[in-house]
Amino acid sequence: MAKRKAVVSIQDCVACGCCIKVCPRNAISIPDGIYANIHQDLCVGCGKCAKECPASVITLEVVG
Amino acid sequence: MKEKKNWYDYLWIASLTYLILGFFNILFAWLGLLCFFIPLLISIIRGNKAYCNRYCGRGQLFSLIGGRFGLSRKKDVPRWMKSKYFRYGFLIFFFIMFFQMLWNTWLVFAGTNGLKTAVTLLWTFKLPWHWAYHGTLFSDGVAQFAFGFYSVMLTSTVLGLITMILFKPRSWCVYCPMGTMTQLICKAKNMTASQKSSPSGHS
Repeated sequence: MAKRKAVVSIQDCVACGCCIKVCPRNAISIPDGIYANIHQDLCVGCGKCAKECPASVITLEVVG
Repeated sequence: MKEKKNWYDYLWIASLTYLILGFFNILFAWLGLLCFFIPLLISIIRGNKAYCNRYCGRGQLFSLIGGRFGLSRKKDVPRWMKSKYFRYGFLIFFFIMFFQMLWNTWLVFAGTNGLKTAVTLLWTFKLPWHWAYHGTLFSDGVAQFAFGFYSVMLTSTVLGLITMILFKPRSWCVYCPMGTMTQLICKAKNMTASQKSSPSGHS
């Protein structure tokens, strides 16, 4: 089964940080206050961030 | 697994208290300046959005009411609402209304206009608010600013509550003028920082 991981649409991200709070793996950070960065090795593709994102700019995509 | 809560996870209490205090004494509205200066200073000095990410009590309030209490349809915001045009447009509109409020405050300071003990909701509706006014020490302008600033805070809370119900709990964050402004500051800072350092592979 292909692994799905969270992917942020960088252009549309408002960097609010709602995703950081719900991530059970602490895989998300917003280092420069511009967009959310998802640590691909930590992400398990649970989709909590995608559901929480107020701008709905996170999608689960098959990676690798 | 749920993480241990930090002190800043309870800042929604501060936001709620702020709104309630405005019903008793309008001069408390001045405290709202903290919600303006702290995020700006964090973004200017630290170059990040730690305010939005961690400390914003209003955002926490929306996620509590909309998320935990379920007062939200949890639908996607419409595409136009997250567009740059709308976000930057709303920021400019917010600025214009803010400066108009400052101008009105100045007119009272200067003695041109008398104090109006009203809170303007959604930039249109004048709500009588005289019960929260018990005089001011320095000048009527001090009270006028409080009424004006509380109007800004109440208006944005009401807008946030409406979009919370219609869309996702923290939809306000998508078009929050402070959020847009601090993101722009971070972008500008990041651009100058990357120009200073050697052009490394920036993803």
